[in-house]
Amino acid sequence: MIRVFGLAALGAVLAIVAGALAPAWLVFTMTKAIAFGLVALGIVGLMRGGLVSFGQGLYYCAGAYVSGLLAARFGVSEAALLLLIGAVTGAAAAALVSPLIARYRGIFFAMLTMALSMVLYGVLAKATPIGGTDGFNVPRPSFGGWTPGPESADLALYVVAVVFAAVAAALCRLYYDSGPGLVALAARENELRVEYLGASVFTVTQRNFILAGGLAGLGGALNGMALGHVDPFFSYWTTSGEVVFIAILGGYASAVAVFGAALIVELVRSFSGQYFPESWQLFLGIFLLLVIIFLPRGFGSLWAKRATGAKGAGE
Amino acid sequence: MSAAILEVRGLNKSFGAVVAAKDINVNVMPAARLSLIGSNGAGKTTFVNMVTGYLKPDSGEVLLDGKPITGLPPRRITQAGVCRSFQIPQLCETMTPTENILVSTEIAAGGAPHFFRPARRRETLAAAAEMLERFGLTEFANRPVNELPGGVRKLVDIAMSLAMKPRVLLLDEPTSGVSSEEKFPLMDKVMAALAGEKAAAIFVEHDMDIVTRYADRVLAFYAGEIIADDAPEDVLSDPAVQKYVTGTAR
Ligand SMILES: Nc1ncnc2c1ncn2[C@@H]1O[C@H](COP(=O)(O)OP(=O)(O)OP(=O)(O)O)[C@@H](O)[C@H]1O
Ligand SMILES: [Mg+2]
Repeated sequence: MIRVFGLAALGAVLAIVAGALAPAWLVFTMTKAIAFGLVALGIVGLMRGGLVSFGQGLYYCAGAYVSGLLAARFGVSEAALLLLIGAVTGAAAAALVSPLIARYRGIFFAMLTMALSMVLYGVLAKATPIGGTDGFNVPRPSFGGWTPGPESADLALYVVAVVFAAVAAALCRLYYDSGPGLVALAARENELRVEYLGASVFTVTQRNFILAGGLAGLGGALNGMALGHVDPFFSYWTTSGEVVFIAILGGYASAVAVFGAALIVELVRSFSGQYFPESWQLFLGIFLLLVIIFLPRGFGSLWAKRATGAKGAGE
Repeated sequence: MSAAILEVRGLNKSFGAVVAAKDINVNVMPAARLSLIGSNGAGKTTFVNMVTGYLKPDSGEVLLDGKPITGLPPRRITQAGVCRSFQIPQLCETMTPTENILVSTEIAAGGAPHFFRPARRRETLAAAAEMLERFGLTEFANRPVNELPGGVRKLVDIAMSLAMKPRVLLLDEPTSGVSSEEKFPLMDKVMAALAGEKAAAIFVEHDMDIVTRYADRVLAFYAGEIIADDAPEDVLSDPAVQKYVTGTAR
């Protein structure tokens, strides 16, 4: 446990130093990458239980909207508090639908999660009091009472994001390596056996789903603050698809690789979006194909010794 | 009354016109070594499936230590203390035997889940190593099970079930799919591993040499009915068994 948190702290310090040295546009991109990385980290947890959700946009959007509304309408400005509220909102929303969703497996699970996220999209698009399809603006957050000027606001948010990401990744790593984490991996490999050993695959799924919802809500709140704006597109299926993409890129062996994967996706997006605005998804697609062919278990498998995850490799 | 650990009373099961179980009554004592024999389709697997919850009987009762477990989901039946292994090993394929056993012991430990405590601790690893050693699997402990030979996989499957510390262990054809030279060594290992346990073992078996050597009691099935229930030598010399099961009647 000490080792995991030590590594997380070291990683956080390095990331913060990198952020302090990086140009402003890159800091903004890295913050967004952390937000998507957090959502993808939740999907990684689901993947370890043998499932992929194509509807994480729902919890991501819920976290963004609830924290964004509290900031915009009720004057809550503390960044850390808003992030926590986002996480709780995402987890609560996931907990609400989990009894239904945890009964399904495979493609049915994926489709149902996606359908639910599109329901939220539809509802928010019609909700004119909170901006309809345009969404609304989210004011700049404060940090322990201090509201930074525009020149340091992005960096301040980035630092908070790094701290949250480091804690989340460390906690996920501990969970992956724990007994319940091992049982989740077993459910991925052989559901029948897990049930005949006396564990409930339903419970495992529900737990991973609520965790993923919380991480998605956290990422949503973060991205709302980073962009200064939220809209129903947060719950659109392409948003969910992008994080699935990041999760596959990162692989399920590591709790850190998703953040690297998210950064790559964000960088590819900004560069190819600049030069080939219509076809950046094509580049991502080719890139994903290459990863699937050459690193079928994702980037994380580069440093995790084996992808069973029961080994404590690759924090 | 009786000190039976498992009581099966009047179980019936039909699939359409096929009667797969007809008024099955069995009492199993603790530490029994009970073998189920019968030709293909006689109803042995149906019996195992009804006891372990995969199939719900049409009527009848299954009692574990006097408490009904009839028709409960498999998970609950396992939690109550009835565990099974599978004819085709059901393993976590990319994991090692050690990890497979850890899955069992983690679930068997029950209680509130510890999300921040490593699954691999000194005591859990030692327990897994000890279980594998009892089955003579130490040399395979850290190789993915999908790379291991069939006989070893069978043993890992049984070890996973035994690691649950069951009171009744059902083994569906532990020696099927294993070469004839390997059958006796395999059963020797299973029996050696069971030796220290209070668990009653019930195993489905087609090889009569295995049955005579390892069972202390035999149930012979024919068309969903138990046609003989006695010590191995008595059952195997029963004319009906020779006619319908072993095919040794002249
Ligand atoms: N799920 C099912 N649906 C329909 N019929 C079934 C089902 N399971 C078993 N049966 C039938 O019930 C009868 C008993 O089958 P069972 O599998 O119990 O036999 P068995 O003694 O295990 O045979 P074997 O030695 O071939 O494994 C057979 O006629 C079989 O075809
Ligand atoms: Mg059978």
